[in-house]
Amino acid sequence: MKYMLIMRTTDEALAASAELDFEQIIADMGRYNESMINAGVLAGGDGLTPAEEGVVVDFTADAPIVTDGPYGETKELFNGFWILDVKDQAEAVEWAKRAPLGAGDKLEVRRITGVEDFPADNEWIQKEAEWRAAGEGEPKA
Amino acid sequence: MSASAEVAAIWRIESARIVGGLTRWCGDLDLAEDLAQEAVAEALEQWPASGRPANPGAWLMTVAKRRGIDGFRRRERLDERHALLAGELRIEPAQREADELDDDVLRLIFTACHPVLAREAQVALTLRVVGGLTSEEIARALLVPTATLQQRIVRAKKTLGAAAVPFAVPGPEEFRARLGTVLSVLYLVYNEGYAATAGGDWMRPELAREALRLARIVAQLLPREPEAHALVALMELQSSRFGARTAPGGEPILLADQDRGRWDRAQIGRGLAALERADALGRGRGAYGLQAAIAACHASAARFEDTDWHRIVLLYEALGNLAPSPVVDLNRAVAVSMATGPATALQLVDELAASGSLRGYHLLPSVRGELLAQLGRSDEARAAFEEAAHLTGNDRERSVLLGKAAAQG
Repeated sequence: MKYMLIMRTTDEALAASAELDFEQIIADMGRYNESMINAGVLAGGDGLTPAEEGVVVDFTADAPIVTDGPYGETKELFNGFWILDVKDQAEAVEWAKRAPLGAGDKLEVRRITGVEDFPADNEWIQKEAEWRAAGEGEPKA
Repeated sequence: MSASAEVAAIWRIESARIVGGLTRWCGDLDLAEDLAQEAVAEALEQWPASGRPANPGAWLMTVAKRRGIDGFRRRERLDERHALLAGELRIEPAQREADELDDDVLRLIFTACHPVLAREAQVALTLRVVGGLTSEEIARALLVPTATLQQRIVRAKKTLGAAAVPFAVPGPEEFRARLGTVLSVLYLVYNEGYAATAGGDWMRPELAREALRLARIVAQLLPREPEAHALVALMELQSSRFGARTAPGGEPILLADQDRGRWDRAQIGRGLAALERADALGRGRGAYGLQAAIAACHASAARFEDTDWHRIVLLYEALGNLAPSPVVDLNRAVAVSMATGPATALQLVDELAASGSLRGYHLLPSVRGELLAQLGRSDEARAAFEEAAHLTGNDRERSVLLGKAAAQG
């Protein structure tokens, strides 16, 4: 089963982490990633640049409205993810608990859908299958 | 989430290091496993009330050692060696360096796959002590009764003891051969999952996934070994097709008819990356590297008709020279039929059949049937498919073969 650990944090926690030793953060994160690689479960993952660099496309109005990030009223910022290939949700949660994160940080654990989650006879699902076969829209290895 | 699910997840993550570390500590794999199990039982009892410790792996290790020392005392066997072990515990063992624990996992893998053990004992013991699976889980995956499996593990441990097998990574003079055994055990487990040889299921993906997880661990622990990376590559590439290999009713779908959109592109990417890591070591491709390269040819063809069959024929030739095997020859014949046509391939298959080396192997008449059908020799094709259906032990495959026989009119 593949699970995504979605890392979310708050403005306050981000500000607090700026006080910490960056080298130390990198080392802790590196050790955590290494432990998952060594266990044969890490299938991917990346961090995101600060939300200020991003923009938000909001669909509340008739036409989408684009504003600069971060999310206005939203208190939690999405800033990275891991993809784990594990036996079950309990194992994904166990890995999540080991992440070197602190107060204000949250990891949301979500199962990633597979082809088996969708009806095979739907026209759009079949089209998506064709796109995937052609390698379109896929991240390069 | 229940306490038992949490402990089970921790066990899955920590068990190899705990059992490895304990084996090194007490010098006895059997005792180490018992102590680890006792510690798990204690965790299940205590954690719901006391809360989970900050470092559950270290907690389990310490409790297991304490149990071990209690046992030595009870049996009045607190001799010099055990007194030493007890002393070490009193000093409050410093959290052992991760590297050292990784070395213990490696020792555990080489011990479980030791050549004094029969192949099925190596498989059972590896899944048990390295994979951390229960006897029930292994028995279910290997389709043997639990009692048989337990007996197999008990005997395996006794054999290791009788042969005084050291808990060690083999030295340079035997390393290559011993690593070969480890990789072959993992590949056997993988294949048992990938193409179930018996029973009603065409695939038992959980077994294949477990083999892949263990192969990734071995490759991480031995990053300078190209064949370890190549085995990971081979497993990743073959696993990428899991979603496309069975129809909703469970019937197998063969490569030519698979919906390639259902192949897992991310997994293909990981497989190709692992093959690159193997190649980057610059020591050439071994048997797994060549098989991974063949799987990579399939993975990178968007449609079946785009497959580079000439390259696949070359890779099978290299594989056949490196590790001669009639199964490889049969696969090469299939590739030849795609590259140059069924007549040449049938000649190769008939030579194989005449040699008798694949007698009783259902894929020989199955391939022969396909080639005869392509050549329009329906009567012979039907007989070949029927023979293949008679030989296979897999129910799903049998019905596909009988369907092909019937289609010959």
